[in-house]
Amino acid sequence: MTNKPDIPPGATPGEPARRRPSRWLPSLVWLIPIVAAIAGLSFALNSWYARGPTIDITFRSAEGIEAGKTKVRYKDVDIGQVKSIELAKDRSHVIVEVELTANASGFAVEDSRFWVVKPRIAASGVSGLGTLLSGAYIGVDAGRSQEREDSFTGLEVPPIVTADTPGKQFVLHAGDLGSLDIGSPVYFRRVNVGQVVAYDLDQNGKGVTVRVFVRSPYDSFVTTSTRFWHSSGVNLKLDADGLKLQTESISTVLLGGVSFIDSPHLPPGQPAQDDAVFQLAGNQDDALKVEDGPPTSAVMYFEQSVRGLSPGAPVDFRGVVIGAVRSIGIEFRRDTNSFRLPVVVDFYPSRLGLRRTGEPGALDEDAERRLMDVLVRRGMRAQLRNGNLLTGQMYIAIDFFKGAPLPANMGRSQGLDEFPTIPGAFDELQGKLADIVDKIGKVPFDTIGRDLTAALAGMRETMASADKLVKRLDGQVAPEIVATMEDARKTLKAAEGTFSADAPMQQDLRRALRELMRTANSLRQLTDYLEENPQSLLRGKPKEER
Amino acid sequence: MNPVRTAEQAGVMECPQCSAIHPRRRGGSACDRCGAALHLRKPDSLRRTWAFLLAAMALYLPANILPIMTTGTLLGSQTNTILSGVVYLWQDGSYFVAAVVFCASIVIPIFKLAVLLMLVITVQVRSIWRPVERTRLYGMVEAVGRWSMVDVFVVALLASLVRLDALATVRPEPGAIAFGAVVVLTMLASMSFDPRLIWDPLDAHDKQA
Ligand SMILES: [Zn+2]
Repeated sequence: MTNKPDIPPGATPGEPARRRPSRWLPSLVWLIPIVAAIAGLSFALNSWYARGPTIDITFRSAEGIEAGKTKVRYKDVDIGQVKSIELAKDRSHVIVEVELTANASGFAVEDSRFWVVKPRIAASGVSGLGTLLSGAYIGVDAGRSQEREDSFTGLEVPPIVTADTPGKQFVLHAGDLGSLDIGSPVYFRRVNVGQVVAYDLDQNGKGVTVRVFVRSPYDSFVTTSTRFWHSSGVNLKLDADGLKLQTESISTVLLGGVSFIDSPHLPPGQPAQDDAVFQLAGNQDDALKVEDGPPTSAVMYFEQSVRGLSPGAPVDFRGVVIGAVRSIGIEFRRDTNSFRLPVVVDFYPSRLGLRRTGEPGALDEDAERRLMDVLVRRGMRAQLRNGNLLTGQMYIAIDFFKGAPLPANMGRSQGLDEFPTIPGAFDELQGKLADIVDKIGKVPFDTIGRDLTAALAGMRETMASADKLVKRLDGQVAPEIVATMEDARKTLKAAEGTFSADAPMQQDLRRALRELMRTANSLRQLTDYLEENPQSLLRGKPKEER
Repeated sequence: MNPVRTAEQAGVMECPQCSAIHPRRRGGSACDRCGAALHLRKPDSLRRTWAFLLAAMALYLPANILPIMTTGTLLGSQTNTILSGVVYLWQDGSYFVAAVVFCASIVIPIFKLAVLLMLVITVQVRSIWRPVERTRLYGMVEAVGRWSMVDVFVVALLASLVRLDALATVRPEPGAIAFGAVVVLTMLASMSFDPRLIWDPLDAHDKQA
């Protein structure tokens, strides 16, 4: 391009000076494509950076979602758009491809959750009415994770608690779900402070894990010494205080709920961390009872029938339940060709006033065994006893039995400490009966018979002397009595004279009575008159009647 | 081809404004009659055409990829590129409008860019291939140039007319600027191109023959 065809080669000397300005002017022309290229590039880069990440969300169905139209919204701000909808290869779900805007790239993290917002009617209320006009959109709950993720599983129902609600989540392990459901309330002193956000069966199927969310600032009331319990339903209790009906509120009766409070038996704890794990007790009493800590297991061998003893039966020490039966088995002993019944029990050392393992001052395993040895030497034995005569329920009693023979083998079997036993109460009874029979056998019945004969002879003699005595009474005492009777009759006669009708004392009495009758008569006349003429009390008797 | 005498061969040149004839050696000076700069060919034509053409091509891609406008209504907002707008119109049943927009906004710019590119390359390599047809193509480029502004006008009109903030808004997007720049740059490119350059190699060819 330096060789310009319109400039002739044989030019005048003045010409180069004139052409000088046109030397740099053409180079200015090249600025135009450079500027355009820069502008084009910046536009392209802008749109590239504004593009944001593309993510895949799987839903069970694409109901209400339209490719190229449905938006992704966070707090009613568009942060992306559905680009395409595809059916998964196995046709079990749909894959929605979403292009987020650049400033929304922070939403493409591991714990973000997506769901379709459409009109919904649930127990907690009606939601998504706005989408009736605008059509469904995809809602987001922004995750806090730093891990990038571009593939998500969409929620079928909107989450109860979004990540931007301040508060903490806690994990509760329970035996069963009770009447809890997602959205069930969480109560602290009967104030609704949170909700159940998720639940799932444990992997091994032996319980459920419930996630609860407690709103800030109430989440600080959940401490390491907090206890949770099911507050669902009605707790009817009959105890020494009478009948007690316990409910949290009417809504928990219908919807179920979870309550928590600090255990009164524990020192105040630190506020619990997010995702801290707690046990969910069946009721408040279970939740707040003193914790037993890990149990110590032992095996007891019984020779007699354990009919009436079942797993869970109490192990009792002088009326205090210190453990429970875990399992009952049967074992054949080849050396003696007999059966014995191993019963495995769980003791809670804390209930015996010993410190729990793990606590300061707790006994280590060796010390525990030594203590057990001492106690066994002092006669501590387990015994089967009848707990309820009607149902035949048995329990295991632990007590000190004076003079109990030392067990042949104190030690371990089945990997457990063996606890010596003593024959049960029924066996004991049998033994006592045998004792009694023995003692009866020792009574000297023939000697007693001989003594008895002698006694009978003595008795006959006594009877004879009594006969004699009666005869003498007849002869000597009876005439005296007749004379006494004569005197008595005389006295009675005199008394009769005194009380006869014409006796002077009777006459006087009759006269007095007659006088009294007359007085009463005149008194009645006076009152009759006064009743008819009360004014005469003031004015006297009227003249005409005088 | 019949031998022709060009102004250059005759040793004269024509004033581009008043058509006065001047001797060829006066190139670069002013016209005696009207004072316009005298050039045998448009000055720096090929270089300027290249520059405008390259600039237009650089902006062509963003013009088509970037959205040109956002239409917001009560029920949500929609951002359209030129192509998605055409598709939308077509799906909507407005086949005629879709066809017009498609021709004006996609076919014509591509046609112009392609023709100009072909012209500058052939001139650059001093090709003597089909000069008549090439000249006719250049005439067509000049003729259809203004029609490719349709889209820009639509966006500008809508953006100024639809200002019901709550109910509906139309907002131009960067794509519209890029598109407008492409249109203006191709016009400038075709303007700075001198069709006489198509014929110059022929004269040289004739001379050599
Ligand atoms: Zn002139």
